[in-house]
Amino acid sequence: MTHAISIDAVSKRFASLQALDHISFTVEHGEFFALLGPNGAGKTTLISAMAGLSRADSGQIRIMGHDVVAESRAARMKLGVVPQELVFDPFFTVRETLTFQSGYFGIRHNDAWIDELLHKLGLTDKANVNMRALSGGMKRRVMVAQALVHRPPVIVLDEPTAGVDVELRQSLWAFVKELNAAGHTIVLTTHYLEEAEALCSRIAMMKKGRLIALENKDTLLSRSAAREVSLQLSGPLPASLQPLSLRQQDGRHILALPDIAKLEQVLSELRLAAVEVRELSVHETDLEQVFVKLMHGGQL
Amino acid sequence: MYGFLTLFKKEILRFWKVGFQTVMAPVLTALLYQMIFSHVLSQHVEAYPGVSYTAFLIPGLAMMSMAQNAFANSSSSLIQSKITGNIVFLLLPPISAPAFFGAYLLASIVRGLVVGCGVLLVTAWFGLSLPAQPLWLLAFAVLGCGVLGALGIMAGIWADKFDQLAAFQNFLIMPLTFLSGVFYSINSLPPLWRSVSHLNPVFYMIDGFRYGFFGQADVSPWLSLAVVGGCFVALSLWVMRLIASGYKLRH
Repeated sequence: MTHAISIDAVSKRFASLQALDHISFTVEHGEFFALLGPNGAGKTTLISAMAGLSRADSGQIRIMGHDVVAESRAARMKLGVVPQELVFDPFFTVRETLTFQSGYFGIRHNDAWIDELLHKLGLTDKANVNMRALSGGMKRRVMVAQALVHRPPVIVLDEPTAGVDVELRQSLWAFVKELNAAGHTIVLTTHYLEEAEALCSRIAMMKKGRLIALENKDTLLSRSAAREVSLQLSGPLPASLQPLSLRQQDGRHILALPDIAKLEQVLSELRLAAVEVRELSVHETDLEQVFVKLMHGGQL
Repeated sequence: MYGFLTLFKKEILRFWKVGFQTVMAPVLTALLYQMIFSHVLSQHVEAYPGVSYTAFLIPGLAMMSMAQNAFANSSSSLIQSKITGNIVFLLLPPISAPAFFGAYLLASIVRGLVVGCGVLLVTAWFGLSLPAQPLWLLAFAVLGCGVLGALGIMAGIWADKFDQLAAFQNFLIMPLTFLSGVFYSINSLPPLWRSVSHLNPVFYMIDGFRYGFFGQADVSPWLSLAVVGGCFVALSLWVMRLIASGYKLRH
């Protein structure tokens, strides 16, 4: 059984920069996969290599079983990419742009699907408007539509919500979730980690061209430093609780809470010391914390 | 094949939508050249026996405008796409190198021919006769635009910024087209400059195109056809290889 995307020992160097360093992983059919990392981690270089926009120095990439170099035609037909940069052709209207894009993929008479894409992306009333006249968010929607004109089974979205307003982000995710539910494999890079946490089932993290984590989202989160409890107290923190103390922040004590059952023990220690709890909140670990920890060289 | 047709259509629409700049402007420029040069020189020069200078000038101006506009079409389209980044939409789909090359080339030829027809239309009243050899005329028009269109594709792919393209255009294409016998017969030149002119491929385009009108030229039309055709084939093969290799397009 082939993978939707298979990346095998891919390396790429630009002069002195090792942009990709022996990257290997696979993405399965129907997965919603996040590729995360700080700027310069190599995410866009990897996507470019998948899309044939750049060529890896070594290693192999297959899209739906097709080698992106040796079988570039078949591989490109299976892949839709929304590039990170906001780019458009200022000579044409939205409909012309999408009709041309269909033609480049060899597809004639694509109007029904183009109409559906326009509708799903809220672009119907902009169909005959020149690309120049659209707002940034609208241009981004057209780019999503351009990536989908040939109904690719694998869709890669490189920072699709960068600089986009909340409404568009939500409608875009609703549409992408719909595509995923219909069987499309989705690969997403984003700076909004809450988006990756909410949408993706598996997460890869890259740093300086290397893959530093690749796990199921839940495993990744559960392996992290569990929960924290934030307490505002009437008096000082009892000595018995000092070992749990992580830091003080805005007059609050932040304690590690490896297990939720530990909360009862914390409260009884406070009662014993006659310290009143004025405010209490428990924070679950989120992807952002995991991300920051990994990027700073920490272990989970 | 449909990818080629789509890209060709897109390239035609691109220049057609800004027709004032891409067609009307060069036609007007050629008309101004024609008016000024024919006014200044018509009393003094007879380029060929029985052909007045004003009539002699017209085919040269037409071919020069065709060549310059064929170059401008492919080169400006590619550099704009590269600099704005929208070339990515041509690199993501499976468009083959010959289809990519062919679409830009053919659109350049069409723009060149449209401009050429425009120049001939507005300058015809200066006394241009009907073509003596229409097939030769057509062959040189198409091949001449083809050479410059292919050169434009190469320049558009090579240049990283507008300044580099402008240098290519102003320091190579302009001198080659201006010093090609558009405004004079090279037989009127001193021997040294006549020999230098023979090294300029644009000279053969202009001379061959002129042969199509008057049935006489500075050199044999067969020689011109061999030079222009040879340049076209060699350039085309080279540029297609560049595209296939991903030079400056796929990193």
